[in-house]
Amino acid sequence: MQWTMVTVIGSDRPGIVARVSACLFEHGCHLGEASMMRLGGNFTIMLMVGHDGDAGEVEAMLVPITEELGLRLHVDAIDGHLHDHVVPNVRVTVFGADRAGIVAQVTGRLAEAGLNILDLESDVGGSVEAPIYVMHIEGLAAGSIERLREALADLDEAGIDTRVESIETLIG
Amino acid sequence: MARLEILTYPDPRLKQESHPVEAIDDALRAFIVDLEETMRAGPGGVGIAAPQVGRLERVVIVDVPPRKKSSSHGRQVLINPEITAWDGMAIGREGCMSVPDYTGNVIRAERIGLSALDEHGASHEFEMHGFEARAVQHELDHLDGFLFLDRLVSRRNDLFRRKVYQAPPK
Repeated sequence: MQWTMVTVIGSDRPGIVARVSACLFEHGCHLGEASMMRLGGNFTIMLMVGHDGDAGEVEAMLVPITEELGLRLHVDAIDGHLHDHVVPNVRVTVFGADRAGIVAQVTGRLAEAGLNILDLESDVGGSVEAPIYVMHIEGLAAGSIERLREALADLDEAGIDTRVESIETLIG
Repeated sequence: MARLEILTYPDPRLKQESHPVEAIDDALRAFIVDLEETMRAGPGGVGIAAPQVGRLERVVIVDVPPRKKSSSHGRQVLINPEITAWDGMAIGREGCMSVPDYTGNVIRAERIGLSALDEHGASHEFEMHGFEARAVQHELDHLDGFLFLDRLVSRRNDLFRRKVYQAPPK
């Protein structure tokens, strides 16, 4: 079985996941890990699709549905693996009055301090006049938590609040 | 001494309720030695429950090392354990030897009161908090046929602070 990464984006409406997944199931595909989110009112999904054929065949299965629903489709062959999770040991929460550059400043410092980001999601709240940017990051820190905190400490003065917490995963 | 086989989901025995221990004897103590060896063989395991190795009796071992912000009682064998009080809620990440390669967020009480017998039949009362309280709740769930999968919350749910005061079940 070969894994492909299927990306579908476009105007959201109810039933897209059901249509896409039913089509893939009827064509004998397996699904691996997937992430669907609504971003700015858009439907977005990325999913690992396992199939015996090549990426072109997977694309051909889905084109009738994505065209009917007015969605954009992208399919790549990938070198994917299941049963290979990396467990994060750090959670970083960031928030502040929205302005350009927050993500670049925060993630640049975190990368220098040895953080490998495993999961990132961000949102804009507040009002049109006073938007608030909120970001959650989970990652694997190569060094200490203190090093990450120090790396972000000066952002306080720039109006960006940050919180770095360790994630202790209980195995029982 | 022997390392025991860990049952993994979806083995139906993990969904069963375990029976109270009736006799704390040498046979049980020999089993507890094996159960502890099995727990220590896994990477990072801080607890194990008898039903995880297919023995449906209310026996749990926990061993949470003390850490900076959170004291603990170290190695404890808990037989017929009962949670007598609980307070507060916290989200934390959990995994399980019976659910390989998956971790997820679970809400647990922050503090618990606990009564249990040890492997010599002596009765003990504990007050536990933080990571140790989480470990005990995770293991006691096994005795009632629950896995952390039964209690998963979305990874997008951030920690919410809420105090809950509840009388122990009678």
